[in-house]
Amino acid sequence: MVGGFRWAAMFPDEVWEHVFSFLPADADRNAAALVCRAWYRIERRSRWRVFVGNCYAVEPAAAVRRFPEVRAAAIKGKPHFADFNLVPSDWGGGAEAWVEAMAEGWPHLEELRLKRMVVSDDCLELIARCFKNFKVLSLVSCEGFSTAGLAAIAANCRNLRELDLHENEVEDNCLHWMSHFPESFASLVTLNIACLEGEVNVSVLERLIGRCPNLKTLRLNHSVPLERLVGLLHRVPQLVDLGTGKFAAQHHPELFSKLESAIAGCKNLKSLSGFWEAGPTYLPAIYSVCEGLTSLNLSYATLQGPELIKLISRCKNLQRLWVMDLIEDDGLIAVAASCKLLQELRVFPSDPYGAAQPISLTEHGLVAISAGCPMLHSVLYFCRQMTNAALLTVAKNCPNFTCFRLCIMEPHTPDYITRQPLDAGFSAIVESCKHLRRLSLSGLLTDLVFKSIGASANCLEMLSVAFAGDGDAGLHYILSGCKNLRKLEIRDCPFGDKPLLDNAAKLETMRSLWMSSCSVTLGACRQLARKMPLLNVEVINERKRGLPLELQPDNCPVEKLYIYRTVAGPRSDTPSCVWILR
Amino acid sequence: MSPPLEHDYLGLSELPSSPAIAVEERVLTLSATELRLGLPGSETTDRKDKVGLTLELLPLPKSFVSGGKRGFSDAIDGAGKWRFAAGKGGSEVDLGKGGGLFSPRGEMAGGGTGKPSGQGNAGKDTAVNAVGQEMKAVAQVGGSVGHDRAMAPAAKAQVVGWPPIRSYRKNTMATNPSKSKDDADGKQGLGCLYVKVSMDGAPYLRKVDLKMYDNYKELSSALEKMFSCFTIGPCGSHGIPNSDGLSESHLMDLLNGSEYVLTYEDKDGDWMLVGDVPWEMFTDTCRRLRIMKGSDAIGLAPRAMEKCKNWN
Repeated sequence: MVGGFRWAAMFPDEVWEHVFSFLPADADRNAAALVCRAWYRIERRSRWRVFVGNCYAVEPAAAVRRFPEVRAAAIKGKPHFADFNLVPSDWGGGAEAWVEAMAEGWPHLEELRLKRMVVSDDCLELIARCFKNFKVLSLVSCEGFSTAGLAAIAANCRNLRELDLHENEVEDNCLHWMSHFPESFASLVTLNIACLEGEVNVSVLERLIGRCPNLKTLRLNHSVPLERLVGLLHRVPQLVDLGTGKFAAQHHPELFSKLESAIAGCKNLKSLSGFWEAGPTYLPAIYSVCEGLTSLNLSYATLQGPELIKLISRCKNLQRLWVMDLIEDDGLIAVAASCKLLQELRVFPSDPYGAAQPISLTEHGLVAISAGCPMLHSVLYFCRQMTNAALLTVAKNCPNFTCFRLCIMEPHTPDYITRQPLDAGFSAIVESCKHLRRLSLSGLLTDLVFKSIGASANCLEMLSVAFAGDGDAGLHYILSGCKNLRKLEIRDCPFGDKPLLDNAAKLETMRSLWMSSCSVTLGACRQLARKMPLLNVEVINERKRGLPLELQPDNCPVEKLYIYRTVAGPRSDTPSCVWILR
Repeated sequence: MSPPLEHDYLGLSELPSSPAIAVEERVLTLSATELRLGLPGSETTDRKDKVGLTLELLPLPKSFVSGGKRGFSDAIDGAGKWRFAAGKGGSEVDLGKGGGLFSPRGEMAGGGTGKPSGQGNAGKDTAVNAVGQEMKAVAQVGGSVGHDRAMAPAAKAQVVGWPPIRSYRKNTMATNPSKSKDDADGKQGLGCLYVKVSMDGAPYLRKVDLKMYDNYKELSSALEKMFSCFTIGPCGSHGIPNSDGLSESHLMDLLNGSEYVLTYEDKDGDWMLVGDVPWEMFTDTCRRLRIMKGSDAIGLAPRAMEKCKNWN
């Protein structure tokens, strides 16, 4: 404030609120709230959307108190490496504390999006009972609930618009949960049940979607047979996003033509996924809508290259493609020729453990895509070989990458032609792609690549490192550079205590740091915890040998380390394998 | 044709000129069929180079024959000894060709149940998909019979969480096998094998990754830890210290005490008692597990026998 003049009082609060409504990004609203007490007060009362990137960074009650008018909340729980079984299953991330606080303080909550959290049926029941105007439930990579919990949602959320279940572990104990939607219920816009493992009562589903005229997204699970897809599609020709059920059946010309015409009848289809067990037989049935598709997820279909090429070359407007590496280099060359609007490509391994015969998906496919698709900005690519030359070419072709994740499946794999580390290649990527926000490294890498990343990756927010680096210098380069780094996850790298302690302050500017199978000792963690009261330093030791952690010496190696900034202090729900150092 | 050196590995050292008969004399313990290569936890999921073998169970435990309920421990310990049967009952063991005992290039019928190429003897004939990782390893490395026993590191130790594929994707690919180039039985070699485990009376299911365990003992102790909170009676208490061997015996006590029996549903949809078949074969055919009340499991044993007869 300048000279005591309360300039914020120049306008009534409502005017400021209106101004703030033009600041949709949380970062901007956060900044506004820091300007003066008046703005803090006005901003907090007008914020209706909240994103909590780490559920333990703040007490639920504190968040609810500060923003009393919230209508939409998104919360994330476990660290990202939990997706790969590196985090103990009882680590935490339970949703109860949040749901209880929200039920108390945000009775008007309409949207709840949870990712990597443990959500119980009790939570779902609480949601169903307490939020009278609940509209959107999105659960991504969560676990701990069953279809009985879904039944409660179905029965009680009269205004539900979205039920989006994405890749959750759902126990199947209530077969008829969908029958709990009342007959009067007609508000669904999105229904994604692709991750459910159990049988779906297709007749009930037909009636449900038949009375929801606004339904735009329908993603089925693999239990829905192809024959029934026809009937479902007839009821929802307005569909924009379809996830098929099982996409295989005995060849039957009548079924084929029915399917073909049902799909053709969906004139607004933009996105296709599912394709469980898809084979070449019924694939041509979707040809008619290919031209309009912007998103195609074939990553669970083990279709072979030729079939994939035939299909994808028709998708001239494709922006997002997820596919298995069975597409091979030839297929990607065809994609590069046909899909000029491609923005995001993900290529998943069909055989990650290298048991079957090798697939011909190499660096050539990636280079071809980078050359042919000028709008490409997001890549996830699993392969077995790479060269620096290829990466240099990719970097030159695609300076607009925002997300580059390359996974060379065998750790420590060098450039297969020169046998050199891939430092030069990845350095080229970070130096060329000035807007890179997310990067995952793989292959043989020395500290040099970290030097480049630290120096050049100014927009980088998330970095994933595995089996890389020579020593402490590597980590030091990262922590002393990368000024926008939010999340850093490291496994199996020779990084030790010194860079952590030297860059302790950096850790408070980040959301979290994960390190597992590195060279960090307990002593350093203790020091860090003492020095940085606003960090939770969690040491995870699953082997439970010998003395409890409090009695272990300073040189005791730390298996897994998870450090995150928090204003909530140490959490109270740690399991026995997790110690929070103070 | 001189016998290949692999035979030594399974305890079939000297093979006289009529290998068929001599082989019949060999007796193997169940544990001998659970062979492991290299580091603990290492495994290969390669099922391509399967070795064709015919094993016969002998002798049968009494309770098994009578059709009475069989405890889990019987299944592990009392399954008796395994021996090799010579394929076409007396005909010459034909090495290197399809009908033989050791065909490194794999003569296993698709479908993973590994039907024996020849006719076995009466009783329970089971063919083992991959008798020992060593066999595969040797077959892979040498590509031919008679390779040196020196273990080349053909099987890589699997690193946890690498390559970084989400568990959801791994589970989905493992439980929804699709047809790929020549992978007839649909296993994508994803290095994990999640099956659901239900327990009668427990409020929810769990999932276990069968690839995490090397034998029935490990599986049973893991299940005991998982489900101990649901058991009725003194055996399921958490207070009991968790030292090696003790937890396993709890499940044994539990199961032997006629409360529960561990069963599994196989690829054909039949429910079988766990422990009848070699571990490798079990992991190949098991679709899900169920810990059922002993009283419900009485009918299973005869069916298991029936089924094995049908494999011929």
